[in-house]
Amino acid sequence: MKDLHDLFRQSLAGLRVLVVATLLLGLAYPLAVTGFAAVAAPWRSEGSLVTADGSRTTDPDQAVGSELLGQSVTDETLFQPRPSAAGDGYDPLSSYGSNLGPESPELLAAITERQAVVAEREGVEVADVPPDAVTASGSGLDPDISVAYAELQAPRVAAANDLPEDEVDALVVAHTEGRTLGVLGEPRVNVLLLNVAVREAAGRG
Amino acid sequence: MSELLPALGQVAVLVLLLALTVPLLGRHLARTYTSESHTRLERGAYRALRLDPDADQHWRTYALSVLGFSLVGLLVLYALGRLQHLLPLSLGFDGLPADGAWNTAVSFVTNTNWQWYSGEAALGHLVQMTGLTVQNFVSAAVGMAVAAAFARGLARTHGAGRVGNFWVDVVRGVLRVLLPIAVVGAVVLVLLGVVQNLAAPRLLETLSGGSQSLTGGPVASQEVIKQLGTNGGGFYNANSAHPFENPTPLTNILAIFLMLLVPFAMAWAFGHIVKDRRQGVAVLSVMAILLVVSVTLLTWAEMAGPGSAPALAGGALEGKETRFGTAGSALFGAATTGTSTGAVNSTHDSFTAPGGGVALFNMMLGEIAPGGVGSGLYGMLMLAVLTVFLSGLMVGRTPEYLGKKIGQREIVLVAAYVLATPVVLLTALAVAVTAPAGVAGLQESGPHGFSEALYAVTSASNNNGSAFGGLTSGTPFWNTLLGLCMLLGRFVPIIAVLALAGRFSSQRPLPPGPGTLSTHRPLFVVLLTGVALVVVGLTYVPVLTLGPIVESLS
Repeated sequence: MKDLHDLFRQSLAGLRVLVVATLLLGLAYPLAVTGFAAVAAPWRSEGSLVTADGSRTTDPDQAVGSELLGQSVTDETLFQPRPSAAGDGYDPLSSYGSNLGPESPELLAAITERQAVVAEREGVEVADVPPDAVTASGSGLDPDISVAYAELQAPRVAAANDLPEDEVDALVVAHTEGRTLGVLGEPRVNVLLLNVAVREAAGRG
Repeated sequence: MSELLPALGQVAVLVLLLALTVPLLGRHLARTYTSESHTRLERGAYRALRLDPDADQHWRTYALSVLGFSLVGLLVLYALGRLQHLLPLSLGFDGLPADGAWNTAVSFVTNTNWQWYSGEAALGHLVQMTGLTVQNFVSAAVGMAVAAAFARGLARTHGAGRVGNFWVDVVRGVLRVLLPIAVVGAVVLVLLGVVQNLAAPRLLETLSGGSQSLTGGPVASQEVIKQLGTNGGGFYNANSAHPFENPTPLTNILAIFLMLLVPFAMAWAFGHIVKDRRQGVAVLSVMAILLVVSVTLLTWAEMAGPGSAPALAGGALEGKETRFGTAGSALFGAATTGTSTGAVNSTHDSFTAPGGGVALFNMMLGEIAPGGVGSGLYGMLMLAVLTVFLSGLMVGRTPEYLGKKIGQREIVLVAAYVLATPVVLLTALAVAVTAPAGVAGLQESGPHGFSEALYAVTSASNNNGSAFGGLTSGTPFWNTLLGLCMLLGRFVPIIAVLALAGRFSSQRPLPPGPGTLSTHRPLFVVLLTGVALVVVGLTYVPVLTLGPIVESLS
């Protein structure tokens, strides 16, 4: 009984602490960070949006996407992103991976099918299709592809846009981001920024 | 080879960051939990809250404070979840169902952050901030407080069962440690591209004419404490794989650093609190050894990519982000399961079989490599007491740790601590794989399906919160079961820890004799590492055999 009474007393003290904690940590802290973000990094804090000509904006109505988020590319003349397991593909309202295990028959079938599709689309052998082209990312919103996958797609994109292959290759190189500090992460190509640049070069911007 | 160098390089960056900061923060933590003076701000807070900051609590009162505070947190969070449709900034989302609200309330109060829901499709900004962000801070502060109480219990010479003041520990843990680091961290994350706004989801037209939702929110402010407090609950469903939470390799290494910072620093602080820094270094060494081994194994598994799907695709990239690659995902995976964080930057369900097995084993260790904030230290110290006891048995001397005798009552408490989690975990697993409602949640059949269930109950019982995401856990059955796992897995061990702290605090320390096992030498580090591995091995080998081991061999 005494313990129960004590527990009740401690819970009341806990409630008082929690109320103050909520005001400080649940309102003051996140709102202060939001205020700082709006002043110091308005573009980034709003989601790193870019327009059709590649310039930065904070207005979603002007934007064609976020530099940080992958998006479905239905336009066959452009670079294609990785497969996505988020909703029907690149849906930020249901970000996630497939969660299929390494021996999953479903995953094996999906990889085989994607390899065939990519090989046919790019006119290459199945063995030349890089792994990121046939696997879904963890978020389903991966903005990047590997350098190998970008290089694989360059001839098709060049042909479809009436651009010299050299020029598209140069765009891929220009949009390749190396490892940070030489060791962090992987070399990669941002698909949205690359596609914006391709459209600019082709005079479609 | 060209892949191996960056993999080693990112570890070097991490080690450098930790080596520079852990001793500093460790000393600061020791001062925080032993200093007798209060800042002016704290004095004002204690007055307003009608708390007596100079009351030295008996361990029972301390434990009741922990329970009372957590109980209130649970009730408030449950109410916030149920009533969110009535609150501002709810983005039009409904209140959570009863079983879901229960699961989430337990999850965040116990520092687990298991998430059955998808953040961007279930929770409004107000609940994320006032419910989840708040518990991210205070549940971490509670863990640190319990560890500090245990360290003080060991350090005291005639404490008569008293272990300190819980409210002071929580207030200081937040004001002097977590909040200052979180503010700096949030600022850095914002500058590196993490989203921070209060906008509702908006549609934008994509480059090829489709539409895509833009899901903003106060992400950076939550992200930093999610890692720093080893909480792990993502703002978005994809957690740290989501580019808005973890946009670059730089934010990725920062996230890993933040997860490991406080757990290692707590071990360093322990040395200061017991006035023998070598003791802290010994404990820290065991944590580091276990972490290095798991990072090595997990990185090897993911980079080598054994298994049918990685072999077919040409690499284990299913569930991994291009910007992090296999090495950046493996390092994160080892850190998140070695601490009690449970954030993921890649889907563990799609890890290779040995990789997923390492993640599981890390959690089964009780998360002591280096463990959660606070829980890692007290978990390791309980094993240290057990190690001393076992060594004492071998040579036939009365065992003692830091001059405190380990008698029958003490070892019973250690046994209760060590057994509590496996009992909860294995019972829950048995229920889950026999009940139709449990099996219904599994995505895959056979050993991988068993691993999904095993991973879920292990994650919940050890307060980790990461998942083999194939499991559909948002059902009344799984929500209720995992809620119970999280609750028992958190508070039963905490009560054992505090009871032992109380007993140690009443003991007068014995001067070390010629037969005393010194607990700061390499021999002890090896023994403690061995005990940690053997205890877990003996407990979990049967279930590991049925899951990841069978899968690796098939």
